[in-house]
Amino acid sequence: MEREPTVQVTDTHPPGHRRHAPPLYGVMAEFENPTDLVAAARRVYAAGYRRINGYSPYPIEELSEAIGFTHTSLPLIVFIGGLIGAVGGFFMQYWMEVIDYPLNVGGKPYNSWPAFIPITFETTVLCAAFAAVLGMLVLNKLPQPYHPVFNVPNFAMATRDRFFLAVEANDPKFDHAEVVALLKSLGALEVNDVEV
Amino acid sequence: MQDEAHKPYTEGPMHTTTPVIDPGLTFASVTDKISSIVLKRKTSLAWFFGFAISFALFQLMLLAITNLLFVGIGVWGVNVPVAWGVDILNFVWWIGIGHAGTLISAILLLLRQRWRTSINRFAEAMTLFAVAQAGMYPIFHLGRPWLMYWLFPYPNTMGIWPQFRSPLMWDVFAVSTYATVSAMFWFVGLIPDFATLRDRARSKPFQILYGMLAMGWRGSARHWHRYEMAYLLLAGLATPLVLSVHTIVSFDFAVGIIPGWHATIFPPYFVAGAIYAGFAMVLLLTIPLRRFYGLEGFITMRHMHNMAKVMLATGLIVGYGYIMEAFFGWYSGNKYERFMIWNRMHGPYSLYYWALILCNIIAPQFLWSKKIRSSLLALWIISFIVSIGMWLERFVIVVTSLHRDYLPSSWGMYQPTQWDWAMFIGTIGFFFTLLFLFIRFLPMISIFEMRTILPEAEVED
Repeated sequence: MEREPTVQVTDTHPPGHRRHAPPLYGVMAEFENPTDLVAAARRVYAAGYRRINGYSPYPIEELSEAIGFTHTSLPLIVFIGGLIGAVGGFFMQYWMEVIDYPLNVGGKPYNSWPAFIPITFETTVLCAAFAAVLGMLVLNKLPQPYHPVFNVPNFAMATRDRFFLAVEANDPKFDHAEVVALLKSLGALEVNDVEV
Repeated sequence: MQDEAHKPYTEGPMHTTTPVIDPGLTFASVTDKISSIVLKRKTSLAWFFGFAISFALFQLMLLAITNLLFVGIGVWGVNVPVAWGVDILNFVWWIGIGHAGTLISAILLLLRQRWRTSINRFAEAMTLFAVAQAGMYPIFHLGRPWLMYWLFPYPNTMGIWPQFRSPLMWDVFAVSTYATVSAMFWFVGLIPDFATLRDRARSKPFQILYGMLAMGWRGSARHWHRYEMAYLLLAGLATPLVLSVHTIVSFDFAVGIIPGWHATIFPPYFVAGAIYAGFAMVLLLTIPLRRFYGLEGFITMRHMHNMAKVMLATGLIVGYGYIMEAFFGWYSGNKYERFMIWNRMHGPYSLYYWALILCNIIAPQFLWSKKIRSSLLALWIISFIVSIGMWLERFVIVVTSLHRDYLPSSWGMYQPTQWDWAMFIGTIGFFFTLLFLFIRFLPMISIFEMRTILPEAEVED
């Protein structure tokens, strides 16, 4: 590679001159509509690929089914959150009003549990809601400022009117040429390599 | 929910006459139209004008609060026997308005009412901003607002704990939980739209701002799946929450032994009143807004009809509540209860009572007519009247019950002062300040949810 006499701010390793091929995240195909995307996802899944993912501007239930992703433990997390809120909320009041600082109010029993129910309910909902939001973010590994798929040209359209399907390079069956050929045969508008 | 959510909204005879959204919309046009309000459209003079007025009134609120903190609670008209004046009234009024937002976003989601999609974002914002106003009143009513953190159970050097048998403590937990959960629900709903704005923004600061808020959302199918589950569960949690909040607000009254407060009808009657007032406010705000931003294709006459019907239905429940209050007053055989209802109708505040009947029971009856439901001006005026009526309702409940209770020697009269009004008008200013900022910087219609109800969103086999 010839050095220019003047300083240039350019890529020192333009694609054609790279010493090592950059690690590949996968191959991404672009589709025009949800029907094509879901059909392609079903075919790719049927071809034996498992590390696949779809990208769409709105939730498509058929898509997550097509890529074989139908289970989430989020309801369990929310249930546990609610349970912690309920038990914690009630016994917080019990401990404060009965054990730590018993105060006789109008002759009512120290453990006047019906009066503790409204706050118990509120803490249940609060903890369950936190579990739902934080659980969703953690399971989705968000916030995640960088992700390889953002390198795909036109990926900004995934939040407008374009649909994408990625076959990831860590799929045991992954073979670059085969995957590209398969995706091209499924009516993709464009097929791109996704660099890490 | 998900099966139905992706079918186009065209079936049925009603839908052909008044479609829920403009049938010509596409993914691209929905995205571009809503995001351009935030990103491309030049901020209009009218926006600046409206914002300036709201912001000026917001300053009035700050002035009123400063005066209150400086001089003391005596600047308000509250005193024994009427220790709860318009400040507690305004608290109930604002929080009631907020409830329509949760109803639209959560309850209508669970009931699969897809027309909610066009208005839920806006209604949720309204909820959040109304709760912000509501929360201030009880705090500044404390007398020593700077000690408000005493309400929370934290280990302290005094070695004591709050009194959890009191509805006022329940209120603290209910309102703070409601504000937190509403904010989370709203933010979660915004995440995919932040990503849309990030990808559409042309200027670096906005790309960074929306990029940070979107948290790297990329529309992955796995993410969507968990997201939909989280959203559905949040809706399921927010539904009983919203009912519990106004129930607990009504307990503030119903657990007391004041005549006219100590009634079992209070929780359902307050919840219905909250939804009634809230839908009135949604109509009051969306009618000018859809016109101004040209959103008639998204918020159609179908929405107006539906909201008017909800208003009529809840108005009738509220009317039933008034009748039951009068009936209980008579049927209880208790002379204090009987006097209370007589005093409401014929006492010194009777004008408020009859104005309330006019605003809340007579005015909404016009909504039986389809012609009136189809007239935006008439709808707007009725909504305005209902908003006033709901304010009067709380005035009647708070003031007429307190000013003449058991002992005639402790009777008194109540008059709000200029500082009461300054605070109320100021919170209206603060509410609109937040609302103007919201419509300028955030998508006021949920973009991704609009995409799901488009005909092209359907996956064909």
